[in-house]
Amino acid sequence: MALEVPADLEKEIDERITHYPESLRSAVLPLLHLMQEHFGYISEDAVVWVAEKLELEPIRVLEVVTFYPGFRQKQVGKHHIRVCRTLSCAMAGSAELMDEFCKKTGIDRSSVSHHDPIAVSEDGKYSIEFAECLAGCGTGPVCMVNDDFHELVGAEKMEEILKNCD
Amino acid sequence: MAKVKYIAGKEPHAKEHRMIFKNVDREGWDVSLKTYEKEGGYKQLAKALKMEPKAVQDEVKAAGLRGRGGAGFPTGVKWGFVPPNNTKPVYLICNADESEPGTFKDRYIIHQDPHQLIEGLIISAYAVGAHLAYIYIREEFPEGAKILEAAIEEARKKKYIGKNVLGSGFELEVYVHRGAGAYICGEETGLIESLEGKRPYPRIKPPYFPAAMGLYLCPTIVNNVESLCHVKHIIDMGATAYGKLGTPRNTGTRILCVSGDVQRPGYYEIQVGKVTMGELINDMCGGMKKGRKLKAVIPGGSSSKILRADEKFTLKKGDKDVVIGLKDIPMDFDSLMACGSMAGSGGVIVLDDSRAISWVLNNLNTFYAHESCGQCTPCREGSAWMKKITDRIVSGNASPEDVDTLESVAYNIDGKTICAFGEACSWPTEAMVAKFRDELIGDTDGKNANRPVSKETQQAAKNLKTLNT
Ligand SMILES: Cc1cc2nc3c(=O)[nH]c(=O)nc-3n(C[C@H](O)[C@H](O)[C@H](O)COP(=O)(O)O)c2cc1C
Ligand code: SF4
Ligand code: FES
Repeated sequence: MALEVPADLEKEIDERITHYPESLRSAVLPLLHLMQEHFGYISEDAVVWVAEKLELEPIRVLEVVTFYPGFRQKQVGKHHIRVCRTLSCAMAGSAELMDEFCKKTGIDRSSVSHHDPIAVSEDGKYSIEFAECLAGCGTGPVCMVNDDFHELVGAEKMEEILKNCD
Repeated sequence: MAKVKYIAGKEPHAKEHRMIFKNVDREGWDVSLKTYEKEGGYKQLAKALKMEPKAVQDEVKAAGLRGRGGAGFPTGVKWGFVPPNNTKPVYLICNADESEPGTFKDRYIIHQDPHQLIEGLIISAYAVGAHLAYIYIREEFPEGAKILEAAIEEARKKKYIGKNVLGSGFELEVYVHRGAGAYICGEETGLIESLEGKRPYPRIKPPYFPAAMGLYLCPTIVNNVESLCHVKHIIDMGATAYGKLGTPRNTGTRILCVSGDVQRPGYYEIQVGKVTMGELINDMCGGMKKGRKLKAVIPGGSSSKILRADEKFTLKKGDKDVVIGLKDIPMDFDSLMACGSMAGSGGVIVLDDSRAISWVLNNLNTFYAHESCGQCTPCREGSAWMKKITDRIVSGNASPEDVDTLESVAYNIDGKTICAFGEACSWPTEAMVAKFRDELIGDTDGKNANRPVSKETQQAAKNLKTLNT
């Protein structure tokens, strides 16, 4: 099944490619970001599409997708939550924050693993994973919900964040 | 120069010297070019363009600027490594990957003062002869990437970037390149591989500097966000005046990021070496939390070797040796190195007496096991073993001998790998085992053990399960 790439997305893709006058291959990461923003995750079809666009073997694109934690191979929730796990945030309570988020969103994290770190709520509204240091260590615990960054996330702040997710 | 007013409650501490962070948390300040130009923005670029590129390089060299990304290598010297008879294109890359745990300064420069970075970057590109520059920004700064792209667009419109920068004949294009959540992309050759569209596997050295062979095998200069900002101020003040900030060999200001168990964590810009660890923790950060005592400090990002509160250090003063305590260490590159650690990325993580070392080390080992790129066996396997052994210690399933095994694994990584991640991941273990051996052994089973394990470790073990999945 071929991937349906809308014209405006392809236009954006073509513009991005011009940022790399020396090498088409350099555009792999930005193209994958655009794909993920549009489709929510990187499907096999998206890998093939990007590979064709950049005149690469699909494996050259797939090996990039599988290496970087920022690229996902499955659909996530409408609101994707990333809780920082690393030392300063852990000292400020990120384990508790993760547990609370899961409780409030009904997410079960018991099956997550290194290769499949994301857990999704049954209704698909939320998904969650741990991230490594998000460079906000002075105001931990911190988290991201989609592209938004939140600091000093205690119980109250967490409720507020979830309330703002429609 | 207009007087700077800060948002109430965000005023700098009296011991700070705000230069790079002058506009961070500033009342009425915004990221627009108009605001930046109102206070002399891009005037230093115009000034630099009237100098020969070599003269800009010499100024930065004479100012004594040392890289703020981690290694503290002199910036001007690094720029000089572009081969003299080079005919290939030269690239400049701004390292905005900011992913060393404990570090959060570049975030504020990017989000609140993007034009300062861009001006520093353009001047630096001119100095090294680059006509194409990339800002490699971590994926977790999506808003930062947008702010930078908008700022670049504004600068392009005003001819600060483009075919003929301010009519000088100098040509420069600047693009933002987003990473995808991997710590190893901060390592400069890993970063370059990533920018080439590959897995970010760091390159084998030599060459030791991408200045010889970097992006597309052309001479490439990689500099940290904060380092590039300093270049603008060096042109503004001149090398001599800049060199008077800080201390000899450790010039200028730098931003320290404090996190952990202090009253007021946050960012503090100091003159390098003019503030001691004690002043930083007790005066600037308001001391420890109520009823708590200082246990240890990780002084320069998570990879730097931990310093104990009761340790004694020997520093050279002239030709005399002086013995000092942790609180007397001047916060500069050379002093922290002489104390057996490093100033690194400026991320200071403070631990109080409620923290179990086994848990702290386990948290960091989990980070490194996750972030090893997997190219070299000692690092890939060793980082995972170190995590597993500390998992066992924290969960109360380790034997005293495990502490020795842990230590030997670390020494079998250190110095035996392709990139400095090998050191970064083994130093925390080496230092924590050396300095807290008894405490770690106390957390293990066996005849030496004082199990049940300490209260702190029990507390830590409770959230281990959550943190390790
Ligand atoms: C594992 C590893 C991670 C690194 N991460 C970063 C980083 O996130 N940001 C950064 O500026 N430098 C980082 N560095 C240092 C860079 O390799 C490089 O030395 C630095 O960007 C040079 O800039 P400077 O001379 O301005 O400090 C890292 C190094 C290693 C070994
Ligand atoms: S030391 Fe570790 S991170 Fe660096 S190249 Fe080797 S495996 Fe990769
Ligand atoms: S440790 Fe959480 S942001 Fe750095």
